[in-house]
Amino acid sequence: MTAPTTSGARSTASLRHRLAERGIDASLWLMVPALVFALALFVYPFSYGIGLTFQPGLATQERWGGGVFANYVAFFRDPFVFDSVWITMRLALPAALFNVLASIPVALVLRRKFRGKRFMTSVLVLPITLGTVLTAQGLLIFAGRQGWLNRTLMSIGLIDEPLQLVNNYVGVMFSLIITGFPFAFLLVSSYLSGIDPSLDAAARTLGAGWWQRFRRITLPLLAPGLATTFILTFVLAFSVFPSARLVGDAMGSTRVMSLMAFRAFGEQNDYAMASTIALMMGVVELVVVAIVLAWRSLFYKGSTGGKG
Amino acid sequence: MAITAGKFDSLELRDVGRSFGGHEALVGLDLTVRAGEFIALLGPSGCGKSTALNCLAGLLPLTHGQILLDGQRVDTLPSEKRGFGMVFQSYALFPHLTVEKNVAFGLQMRGLPRAEITQRVREAISLVKLEEHAKKLPGQLSGGQQQRVAIARAVVLEPSLVLMDEPLSNLDAKLRLDMRTEIRRLHQSLGLTTIYVTHDQEEALSLADRLVVLREGRVQQIGTPDELYDHPRNWHVADFMGYRNILPGTALDAANGTAGTERTRVQVGSMTLTGRPVGDVGGSSEVRVAVRPDDLVVLADGDAPQDGNAVTGTVAVVEYHGREFAVVVQTSDGTLLHVRTPSAPEVGDVVTLTAAGERVLVFPADLAGRPAATAPAEAVAV
Repeated sequence: MTAPTTSGARSTASLRHRLAERGIDASLWLMVPALVFALALFVYPFSYGIGLTFQPGLATQERWGGGVFANYVAFFRDPFVFDSVWITMRLALPAALFNVLASIPVALVLRRKFRGKRFMTSVLVLPITLGTVLTAQGLLIFAGRQGWLNRTLMSIGLIDEPLQLVNNYVGVMFSLIITGFPFAFLLVSSYLSGIDPSLDAAARTLGAGWWQRFRRITLPLLAPGLATTFILTFVLAFSVFPSARLVGDAMGSTRVMSLMAFRAFGEQNDYAMASTIALMMGVVELVVVAIVLAWRSLFYKGSTGGKG
Repeated sequence: MAITAGKFDSLELRDVGRSFGGHEALVGLDLTVRAGEFIALLGPSGCGKSTALNCLAGLLPLTHGQILLDGQRVDTLPSEKRGFGMVFQSYALFPHLTVEKNVAFGLQMRGLPRAEITQRVREAISLVKLEEHAKKLPGQLSGGQQQRVAIARAVVLEPSLVLMDEPLSNLDAKLRLDMRTEIRRLHQSLGLTTIYVTHDQEEALSLADRLVVLREGRVQQIGTPDELYDHPRNWHVADFMGYRNILPGTALDAANGTAGTERTRVQVGSMTLTGRPVGDVGGSSEVRVAVRPDDLVVLADGDAPQDGNAVTGTVAVVEYHGREFAVVVQTSDGTLLHVRTPSAPEVGDVVTLTAAGERVLVFPADLAGRPAATAPAEAVAV
């Protein structure tokens, strides 16, 4: 503006202009579709579900007491339900940890240039396109009692009895790794490509060996990304449902929370208890996420110089 | 204990070469660097100068040749064992470490006692005048300050050789001049041996004791700044050394002029010029004529042209450059000539230009695009 402005004078700009300065303008209408969907498909059903948890069935109230909180009392008091928290943790934590940790060396190797790199990457990422059900079916065919793996091992005389690799904890763990690893690998790779390669070169010229370069430079810069990757793969593994049922031991070692919620909903028609279990699933996930985020906040999170 | 340079007598590069899948990025680099020298590797982008530096640093393995430090091969050592300091174009400071810790990194890698590390880090930081920024992260510093941290980090290790890869190219013009002085000051006061890569001939001429001009992976000429400035070996070097007027022509004299005092006549378009032959420019062979803008003089009325060199043209562009003017003159056959004059002519004026035959260099045209095979070997002897 060319007009001279006296100090302290009111802005001569129009209201519209002043609102736009604060980010309020017509482009905000573009948010409407997303808002409608969020309200209709998430906020309302979620609130409704929370409401349900405070309307326990008569049977639950009589058995566990606690009035409107009877569902929560049941959740914490009934070992059959509450143990599923640990069962799920026992699957999700090691699976997520393995996926993240195993991704690091693979991503580091695939960062270099070599022949067949694209092929290797494709093979590693391909399982992301398979659904959990397809993975489960594949596992049953491959690693079942009469599967190729057991038959091959027995025919070459390595084992006498078929190995029990499916319909138990191991089967679900396999399934979680097959579906979770590509995901973790892609994320870790992209975080790694965000680190300027000349940092590694600089550390080399300063006399750092590969382990020192990894520990002192790459790992600290990668740590926030690893935390995010861990959170995402953990949440993915924690809500495991199809594979726990198909390649797991649904009433025993893989009786995960989502199965319990489904049981309450589908078999017992106890919507209130199902909602409570679903809600508690979210709470447990949030607790883990909060712990990881708190740990992440200890690290440098600024620019790492690469192509980001 | 003050920071000094690591001791050695000479660093020798023998026939060093590097190819990338059939493409030769660097061919037959022979160079002997004496301790305390400041060497600039100069050339346009893609000429192999950064490749040469990365080979020296050990970040790229050689495909040919050897690198010897006082007679000991170092090209077989990994980068971390060579003990050369390197300053990167992007600075490559560790973003998660403070200035102090960045500088201390190399010392820690050597497992020095903590007290000595603290002492040497403090010295290095005061050397580059960053005492009040010691606790800051690199992201909180300006470009020039980051550059100084990168230099401190390299010299704190007292390296036998400091390698600098276009360290000033990310700075603005004024800061670049300041840092140039700073780098030369550190080089002298610490007794460093520096190899400096740049594409800026002015930077190279002002900093270096000796320059290595590269083109397409091959050495074109090695020499002191004034040797290169006044006696470029071929027209590519001349082009790079600020001979902005490079004109294609044909040699008229049959005599093969090689000695510096001889003169030869050349036909350039409709003009006939007298110049100093450099290399084999026999009769009717194709040549390139190179003249610096500051060696062309606008002839005042009535003055006789020097050595019979007179070119008439129309002033096309006049740029103000402070004390002088950069003028572009278009001759009748369309050739554009760059001239520097103390007084500004008007656009459209008809002027006559002249240049001393001594300052008009005549090179063989080198049509193959490659220098003569013997050129690099001769260049080493300079």
